Amino acid sequence: MMSVRKAWSVPYCACIGMALIALALAVLPFALASVGTTWVRITNLAILFILLSLGLNIVVGFAGLLDLGYIAFYAVGAYVYALLASPQFDIHLPFWAIIPLGALVACLFGVLLGAPTLKLRGDYLAIVTLGFGEIIRIFLNNLSAPVNITNGPQGISRIDPFRIGGFDFGRGETFFGLNFSGPIKYYYLLLLVLVAVIIVNIRLQHSRIGRAWEALREDEVAARAVGIDTTRMKLLAFAMGASFGGIAGGIFSAMQGFISPESFVLVESIMVLAMVVLGGMGNVWGVIVGALLLSFVPELLRHTVEPFQRWLFGRAIVEPEVVRMLLFGLALVLMMLLRPAGLLPSAVRRRELARRSNLP
Amino acid sequence: MSAPLLEVHAIAKRFGGVQALADVSFVVGTGEIYGLIGPNGAGKTTLFNVISGLTAPDAGSITLEDQPLTGLKPHRIAQAGIARTFQNIRLFANLSALENVMIGRHARTSAGLVNAILRTNAQRTEEAAIEARAFALLEYVGIAAHADALARNLAYGDQRRLEIARALATEPKLLALDEPAAGMNPTETQALRVLLERIRAGGITLLLIEHDMRLVMGLCDRVLVLDFGRRIAEGAPREIQLDAAVIAAYLGTPAA
Repeated sequence: MMSVRKAWSVPYCACIGMALIALALAVLPFALASVGTTWVRITNLAILFILLSLGLNIVVGFAGLLDLGYIAFYAVGAYVYALLASPQFDIHLPFWAIIPLGALVACLFGVLLGAPTLKLRGDYLAIVTLGFGEIIRIFLNNLSAPVNITNGPQGISRIDPFRIGGFDFGRGETFFGLNFSGPIKYYYLLLLVLVAVIIVNIRLQHSRIGRAWEALREDEVAARAVGIDTTRMKLLAFAMGASFGGIAGGIFSAMQGFISPESFVLVESIMVLAMVVLGGMGNVWGVIVGALLLSFVPELLRHTVEPFQRWLFGRAIVEPEVVRMLLFGLALVLMMLLRPAGLLPSAVRRRELARRSNLP
Repeated sequence: MSAPLLEVHAIAKRFGGVQALADVSFVVGTGEIYGLIGPNGAGKTTLFNVISGLTAPDAGSITLEDQPLTGLKPHRIAQAGIARTFQNIRLFANLSALENVMIGRHARTSAGLVNAILRTNAQRTEEAAIEARAFALLEYVGIAAHADALARNLAYGDQRRLEIARALATEPKLLALDEPAAGMNPTETQALRVLLERIRAGGITLLLIEHDMRLVMGLCDRVLVLDFGRRIAEGAPREIQLDAAVIAAYLGTPAA
């Protein structure tokens, strides 16, 4: 009897849990909007960062290739969208045509980065990818002369929002007596994309390709000896990760309406990597937690540190930015000491890091 | 000798000032157990690395069933039908035994990115087949009880067996084993011998580097002896044991 009940109750609970989470996610933007539309925007950016982290997780978490220039693919996706849907060249293609194109172009850039770095690992790979990220940004900064393509440091503005027929993601509307503002519309779109990306991530992880990535990360020589084309698998990891970055970039571009090379600096790459590492490399749910924490905690601090000090001392002594960095540093040290494999580490990664720390 | 399976012709390899292999040629017949022996540093493992494509030879050629393998990448050679194990066991240490063998099925399965993302029927059928085959191979080598154990937590002898199971998962024509009995006690070595004979009976040709002379002499049909990268003798185990050059290589020449 016990076993029968158990067999029934597990999926039943899971269903209820999922339904509750779905419901919470569905009403979330309205709850946030009642506090302030800013919070909906912050949430949207947080989801974008989750998308980026999940993309980077394929490269770093699954295949074990350290990439410090990941934001470049985000930039590529963003610029592809901006150039094809803005007054810059007066081209206004529909988003459903550009987003796949952006993913494809980012994917090509992924292969472009992957191909010359096939023989590199660890620190050396990190240095080359870091350089690659900077090269892309510097190109975007300077491709304004002699032919003006990217408009240089001024960036591209008045980028078209997503639009399907008369449904415009940039404009607020009222349905069923509820006010769907632009950000709220984007929120639902992002949620949809996020669910798709999570499914792709999990399915890849538990597939022939995902196992080949794991083999590559564990022992490259052994992987080759059992017939895995490690070159192909590395390029595939770079290409997949880059495509996710490209998709996120396109959405970012449309959502913000303005982009410039400023948005794609090295710190952003490091931030995305920090989200992956903090949450737990290789574990999809860990990565999501990491991205959420690193997106929201700074915003919470921004909104609490100053009022708290005013209340306590009557004036602001320490700037929120300083407190943020202080806490980041503290978190870094604590993580290294207490949870080197991340908050929710993947089982395999935890074993790997445990083995390393066991070395004399 | 039966029809030739692996033909190694005039392989040479130099590492800086060391001539690791010089003009090494031999032929392994289909269904044979072919031994490769020699003192430490004789070039046995280098020869294995050349055959499996991990090291490029300076000269010479290798064919498997008349298909040229020289210059192919390791994964192509594995696909062509040569699987190997390593002297210093190279498992995917943090994955389970079952996952290790499942990875070995990579070259013989085909589901790609799109199939994995869409989780098509074909992909799910293939996944189930991979898992079933991997489990069957673990049973075959006798470690199915440890299917979910991490490779690195397995006992030493079981790790050797797991490496063999992973190699068998690639459906090789030739299985190249680099010192499979190293570090094993006599009981384990005997069990290994039974396993290897069973693998040969299953139609797989074996190429074996081994220092355990009792195993080599009892198991191999023919033996090749290398010394300082050169071939010094080849023949049936009994002939080899009496060969003056071999005795000199192992024991040294008497002082004049």
